[in-house]
Amino acid sequence: MATAFKTVEPLEYYRRFLKENCRPDGRELGSITTADGSALVKLGNTTVICGIKAELAAPAVDSANKGYIVPNVELPSLCSTRFRSGPPGEEAQAASQFIADVIENSQMIAKEDLCIANGKLAWVLYCDIICLDYDGNILDASAFALLAALKNVQLPSVTINEETGLSEVNLKQKNPLIIRKHPVATSFAIFDDTLLIVDPTAEEEDLATGTVTIVTDDEDRLCSVHKPGGSPLTGAKLQDCITRAITRHKEVKKLIDKVIKSIKPK
Amino acid sequence: MAEEEEEKMAAAGGGCCLRPFSCEQGLLSRPDGSAAFLQGDTSVLAGLYGPAEVKGSKELPDRAALEVLLRPKVGLPGVVERSREQLLRQTCEAVLLGALHPRTAVTLVLQVLSDAGSLLSCCLNAACMGLLDAGLPLSSLFCGVTCALDPNGAIVLDPTTRQEQEARAVLTFAIDSTERKVLTATTKGSCSVEEMQQCLVAAQRAADTIFQFYRDSVRRKYSKS
Repeated sequence: MATAFKTVEPLEYYRRFLKENCRPDGRELGSITTADGSALVKLGNTTVICGIKAELAAPAVDSANKGYIVPNVELPSLCSTRFRSGPPGEEAQAASQFIADVIENSQMIAKEDLCIANGKLAWVLYCDIICLDYDGNILDASAFALLAALKNVQLPSVTINEETGLSEVNLKQKNPLIIRKHPVATSFAIFDDTLLIVDPTAEEEDLATGTVTIVTDDEDRLCSVHKPGGSPLTGAKLQDCITRAITRHKEVKKLIDKVIKSIKPK
Repeated sequence: MAEEEEEKMAAAGGGCCLRPFSCEQGLLSRPDGSAAFLQGDTSVLAGLYGPAEVKGSKELPDRAALEVLLRPKVGLPGVVERSREQLLRQTCEAVLLGALHPRTAVTLVLQVLSDAGSLLSCCLNAACMGLLDAGLPLSSLFCGVTCALDPNGAIVLDPTTRQEQEARAVLTFAIDSTERKVLTATTKGSCSVEEMQQCLVAAQRAADTIFQFYRDSVRRKYSKS
C-alpha cells in the first residue's frame, strides 16, 4: 500500500513523513549520517572514492613558485541510471568546477608548498573523485573525499642535483602535505519552499524545489555559498543553513581526525 | 539612457553604487525574445527561442524543458561555462512558469560580448530581460548583483575586473522581485558570515535600483511603438 502510494503521489508521500518530523529512510529531520573510510566516503548510500596522484612538472611561467592541483569529478554510468557513458555531463562538470572553487576559495593547500625548485619543478596533484553509488548529495561527499584523501597524501622528498641539474627522488623519505584549512561542505534540500533538510538523498533532491551548499572552514569562515537557483530564501533562512553547516563542520572534522589517527601507525 | 541612470544612481547611492547600465530589448529579429544588457563595459547579448518543439529525449511531460547556452567571447565553452549554464538554467527555471507550456522547449542563448567584471550578474540580467522580451509567463523577475569585498573589508558593488582581482571575496546574488529573496548565490574567495550578510543586504538594496531600471526600460520600449 505504502509503495503504491509512493509511486502515485511521491511528493505527498514525503510530506506525510516530514509532517511527523521524520524521513522515509528512518532518519529524523536534521540528523546527519557521517563519513566512513579514509578516501572512501559514504553518506548513506552515496559512495565516493577519491584518489590522488602526484606527478612532477614544470610550473607555469607566470606563477613560477606554484604547483598545480587538478580536481576532477566523475559520475560514471555505473553509479546511477541517470548518467550515460561518454563525455562528462553537465552535473559532473558542475561538480568538478565546484570542487575546484572550494580548493581555490579555501586555500586548503598553499600552491607554493607544492613547488620544489622555483621555476623548474613542482608537484601536480591530480585529484580524481569517482562516484561509485549515486544517492544524492554528491557535492558534500566529493568535498569530504577530497579532504580525507589529501590528509592521507605522502609525497617523497625531491632534491635537485646541483651538478647534473637532474631531480632525484628519495622514495624512502616521505612527507605529508600541509593542509592549511579544512573546508567541509554541507548541502540542504529545500522542500516545498520552506523546509530545509540536510544531506538529501537522490530522491529528496528530485522532489525538492532547490538546493543550497555551504562550505565552511576551521575558523567558521565561508568558503562557498552555492545556491544554483531553486526556491528563493530569505537572509535569515540562509543564516540558519550556515549555523547548521558550522555544527556539521565540527562533526566531520572530528571524524576525519579520528580516521586519520587510526591509520597513522603503519 | 546610460547617463540618465548614472545621475539617478549617484543621487540615490552614496558610497557604493552600481556602474551605469543600459539595456536594449528586441534587437534581434530571429529569436522570439532578445536583449542586450550592459553594465559598465561588460555586455551580454541574450537570445531566446520558445516555447518551441522539443528535439529528442529532452521532452518533459509536465513542463517546458529549459536549455541555457553560454557562449564565451572567444573560444569554445568549457567547464566554467557549463557550471554557469547550470546556475543560470536553475535560476530561470525557478521563475519560469514552465507548467503552462508542457512538452515544449525553451532555449536561452547568452553571448558574452565583452567582460569587464561582474559577468555573471550581467548574464543574469540579460537572461531576465530576454525572458521578459519573449513574453514568457514568469512568477517574478530577478536581477543579478555582484559584490566584492576589498582588502579593507569595504563592499564594492558591481566591481570591475580589476576590483574583482584585488578583492578578498566576490559574491554574486540573484534577487527576486517579489520579496527580495535570494534565488541564487555563488561566491569566490572566503569571507565571514557577517560580511556575507552585509553583502546580501547591499545586494538587496541595489536590486531595487535594477528593478526600477527594468521598469523604466520596458516602459520606454512600449511607449515608443
